[in-house]
Amino acid sequence: MRRGIHIGSLILAALAAACGGNSENAAPATPAPTVSPVDAATAGNIAGKIAFTGTAPKPAVVRMDSDPNCVQPGVTATDESVVVGSDGSLQNVFVYVKDGLGSLRFPIPAQPVVLDQKGCHYVPHVLGAQVGQGVEIVNSDQTLHNIHAVPMANQEFNTGQPLAGMKHTHRFSTREVMVPFKCDVHPWMHAWIGVLDHPYYAVTGADGSFSLKGLPPGTYTIEAWHETLGTQTQSVTIGEKESKDIEFSFKA
Amino acid sequence: MLLHLFALLVAASTALLIFAGGLVTSTGSGLSVPDWPTTYGWFMFTFPLEKMVGGIFYEHSHRLIASGVGMLIVVLAAWLWKADPRAWVRRLGYIALAAVVTQGILGGITVLWFLPDAVSIAHAGLAQLVFCLTVAIALFTSPGWKRAYAGRGPLNPLDDGVLKKLAAATTAAIYIQIIAGATMRHTGAGLAIPDFPWAFGRLIPPMWSGPIAIHFAHRVGALAVTALVLATAGHVIYHQRSRRELTRPSLLLLALVAIQITLGALTVLTGKHYIINSLHVVTGAMVLGTSLVLTLRTYRARLTDAVRNPAYVHASRAGAAERTRRSEARA
Repeated sequence: MRRGIHIGSLILAALAAACGGNSENAAPATPAPTVSPVDAATAGNIAGKIAFTGTAPKPAVVRMDSDPNCVQPGVTATDESVVVGSDGSLQNVFVYVKDGLGSLRFPIPAQPVVLDQKGCHYVPHVLGAQVGQGVEIVNSDQTLHNIHAVPMANQEFNTGQPLAGMKHTHRFSTREVMVPFKCDVHPWMHAWIGVLDHPYYAVTGADGSFSLKGLPPGTYTIEAWHETLGTQTQSVTIGEKESKDIEFSFKA
Repeated sequence: MLLHLFALLVAASTALLIFAGGLVTSTGSGLSVPDWPTTYGWFMFTFPLEKMVGGIFYEHSHRLIASGVGMLIVVLAAWLWKADPRAWVRRLGYIALAAVVTQGILGGITVLWFLPDAVSIAHAGLAQLVFCLTVAIALFTSPGWKRAYAGRGPLNPLDDGVLKKLAAATTAAIYIQIIAGATMRHTGAGLAIPDFPWAFGRLIPPMWSGPIAIHFAHRVGALAVTALVLATAGHVIYHQRSRRELTRPSLLLLALVAIQITLGALTVLTGKHYIINSLHVVTGAMVLGTSLVLTLRTYRARLTDAVRNPAYVHASRAGAAERTRRSEARA
């Protein structure tokens, strides 16, 4: 058995070496401009805060003992679906320009966004990426994960990362809000990626704030998405070099 | 006799495999190993035991048990080919082998294609057929069956057309009900009706959707199967009370159906607890297998006559005549 394991490890190591420990799944290349069409001299900003009203649900304790590698002594893991700060701010809300950019096309960032698997959790829990931009999925755990994306408009994929340090880069081919990610090995692990064809998106942090910078003057539909509380939209008009503050409020 | 015991072992192993498969679905672990036939790049049998964590434990165990059952069926088919003089039984061994290989491929395809409902339902349906084949082989290799076949015991043909039709209809209905259950499981409709025995507090659901319809169809199917089982078992007990080979599976069938209905209710009431859910799956297979045994026994005389191997029967009868002659000589 030990010899068998050894042979298996060698095969795996050879596979990993052949791929440099990484794997990449590329969406079909689509020609994109290399320069932003927005005049920085006239661009404005939309910023704001997401509030949670009502009694915040007590985060459920997540039992991770089906994989001893995930259990950290003295640490109680909790469900991340609704994270409310002490001041009532709501975390992990994806805020983005849903409509109003017309036919403007934007460069694809060369830098990938990173989705880490750390402590048997996805970090961050919610993130955004542009169509064609690399989404680099990293395994920082001393256990194995599978990364299973279950999109509706993009292509589903499911890939394994049995060793710590492995990376997989995926590029989404079309706009989709949101693409769910899950790990079938650890059923409590969930993440969400908003895929857009422009760079105007943000995810609220612990203080519930967000900021969409460098928008050309115009009228926009801004949507705030939360994984369990649903979506809300607002129409916002900004003039040249104007900044506007807006607020969303999600109820329990 | 050894062959029969081995066939029983294969049937029991297949039931265990069905339970393991039920655990995979019930724990949502179907895609926890994203590759096939390898496991995270490892050759299946060299995958480190310490890495069998979380959902991988269920999925990889299912694959290992499936491989074991596949190997057992290879041995069974080879044993039948070598030892059983009946061509049709040997052929059944080959069919079981082909079915288990197809089943393995279906299992792989459903992983690689992200569990499409149709393939997953076909995988569940074929599992039951593989189980039926192993049960049938165990029955056909049993001493009781062969005694009648070889003419050493009384053929005592069953002249009960009603029972034959009832038993066959019951077995077919159970299989259809199992497919309905598999459809419900794999389309995520297991809790589409969240209460039991009522449906949203009523006899008939007040609202309809695809999942509610599938779930309700499974409940209606359970009633139909129960009625058929009661009719079949009642008929046996009333008209064929003296035939133990029929009364025993009939009583077992009644008990299994009662257990199965209880497990079905508990599956809903516990919010699909994975152990109860998986027991419901494997008990369904037991109900089907028991009904199949009863059905085949009602058709025993016809099967015997229809597919008798003349050389084997001749040899058996010659042997029986020889034994009779010797015992008469001793007397």
